[in-house]
Amino acid sequence: MIRYILRRLAWALPTMLIVTFLVYVALRIGTNPVESYKRSNPRVTPEKIQQYIDINGLNPNYVLGYFRWLNNFLTGNWPRSIKGSREVWPALKDAMANTLRLGIAATVVGVFFGLIFGLLASLRPGGRRDIAINTGAFVGISIPPYISAILLQLLFAVYWQRWFGSSLFPTSGVYPAGHTGFDLFLMLKFMALPTIVVAIQIIATYSRYLRASLLDVLNSDYMRTARSKGISERRVLIHHGMRNALIPIVTVAAIDFGSIVGGLIISENIFSYPGMGLYFLKSFGDGDFPLLMPWMVIIVASILIFNLVADLSYAWLDPRIRRE
Amino acid sequence: MAFRRFVSHKAAVISCVILGLLTLLVVFAPFTARYGVNESVQVPPNSFLTPRANAWLGTDDIGRDLYSRLVYGVRVSLIIGLLSALISVTIGSLVGAVAGFRGGKFDDIMMRITDLFLAFPFLVTLLIVRNVLGAIPWIKPITGEMNSIRFIILLFSIFGWMGVARIVRGQVLSLKEREYIEAARAVGASRRYIIRRHLLPNSIGPIMVALTFSVVGAITGESTLAFFGYGPQAGDGATSLGNLVGAAKGAVQTGFWWLAVFPCLMLVIIALSVNFIGDALRDATDTQLDRGN
Repeated sequence: MIRYILRRLAWALPTMLIVTFLVYVALRIGTNPVESYKRSNPRVTPEKIQQYIDINGLNPNYVLGYFRWLNNFLTGNWPRSIKGSREVWPALKDAMANTLRLGIAATVVGVFFGLIFGLLASLRPGGRRDIAINTGAFVGISIPPYISAILLQLLFAVYWQRWFGSSLFPTSGVYPAGHTGFDLFLMLKFMALPTIVVAIQIIATYSRYLRASLLDVLNSDYMRTARSKGISERRVLIHHGMRNALIPIVTVAAIDFGSIVGGLIISENIFSYPGMGLYFLKSFGDGDFPLLMPWMVIIVASILIFNLVADLSYAWLDPRIRRE
Repeated sequence: MAFRRFVSHKAAVISCVILGLLTLLVVFAPFTARYGVNESVQVPPNSFLTPRANAWLGTDDIGRDLYSRLVYGVRVSLIIGLLSALISVTIGSLVGAVAGFRGGKFDDIMMRITDLFLAFPFLVTLLIVRNVLGAIPWIKPITGEMNSIRFIILLFSIFGWMGVARIVRGQVLSLKEREYIEAARAVGASRRYIIRRHLLPNSIGPIMVALTFSVVGAITGESTLAFFGYGPQAGDGATSLGNLVGAAKGAVQTGFWWLAVFPCLMLVIIALSVNFIGDALRDATDTQLDRGN
């Protein structure tokens, strides 16, 4: 097990370097950082431009430039944003905190209801409840997140206000304008709609995963053995059924990370929620290289970490893999 | 056998009918649409009219009929979906079949690349690849301008082939151990011959399923791009479903519900129908089931 972990960890670092290099090249070609810098600061002197090129590692040679950027990045010598010359880390930190809150809330809600629906559906396959849940999940998968976001916003924020005088949920931001300090209730109220949008996707995918996985498990011999031992049905389901059915789901969870982040980006954009998604769309639109690169590093790192954790927990859950 | 199983899937049959009607509606757009794409319904004041007799689904900010615009928009979106799905399925099945059959380095590299692309948030890769494609000068003659429909079709072809390649590769991996492939190899058939005559025809089920998913991917993807303002500018006198959905964002706050609800509904209907068909195709062509029956 330890050798397995070490081998996986040893691979993570070169992967990280290669992927960030690819991202670096893609961003340089795609957003043309020097031109965007000039566009945002029209009266900038040539010395300033040279300084900007140096600190961001925007040399004509991509490999040299990448290592220069990497060196500055690792030593904490981060360039300031091209618009308004802001520090990058505080902005990134706030965005990360907001998105983590949203992402965790959506994942917890989504996985919880997804698993419950999946369990309910698989108890009587082909039954009316199964068909209803399955169709619902299918519809949920087919609806792109911005559509559910638009419709929810229309219903709960705009039309609720027309019909009942005040909107049920606010449509944008983390707090109302001018609010200071921490207020849990207000925060939850502002998070509700963006969370639901992302959670719908998660519920739909996870209920399908669990149903498929449970149906496989329910027909296996050890389930019959467990029943024949006279254990209560509930215990059989939870201890023998669920535990084994969850193993394949753990791997899919890591693959889903990308699509959850994708849902978050869209949700944040529509509800003007100041998280990683809004941060990305804004800085991508401006071609703001100093803001974009650290964002990319965080995303790449979290993808790798998620994959690693998934593989390890898979090995931990299933003794057969551990022994190999 | 497969056909009977497909027909027994009720939702899929209904979806086929809906998509068929929709196709007829948009193919004969000049007759079915009541107004031109950029034609006003009546003399001003005509903006933001609620649904009524002379504008079934209401009008937009400059008084154009939403129903007619939807008909023209769906036409463009279906073309984008079908063409890019065809291109990506062609590339994807070839790459997938070769990767699965040869294995080795080529297979490893292909799978690494697709892993990488699929792990990233879709929107992020989409936007970056779009900009990279648009910034390389020698590609320009092939792709055209960044906001042209041709560009969008090629962009989604680049994304679509990866999913197809994975599905076909999986199928080929399981097929190549079968006896008839071994027999073909024993009589001296070349690799190319085996792939063309045995592996690809026997993967037609999964390929069809992949085709449906690529269509949905391209249509919703186009809407996503348009939603964030990176969509196609469909030339004079045309629009796309994505542009209409994108315009919905602005209509929500002001409460013009028809501008938000109808384009969204249309997109959901198309996505759902194609998904249902894909699902039924998968059930119908599953060889695992064939052997069981």
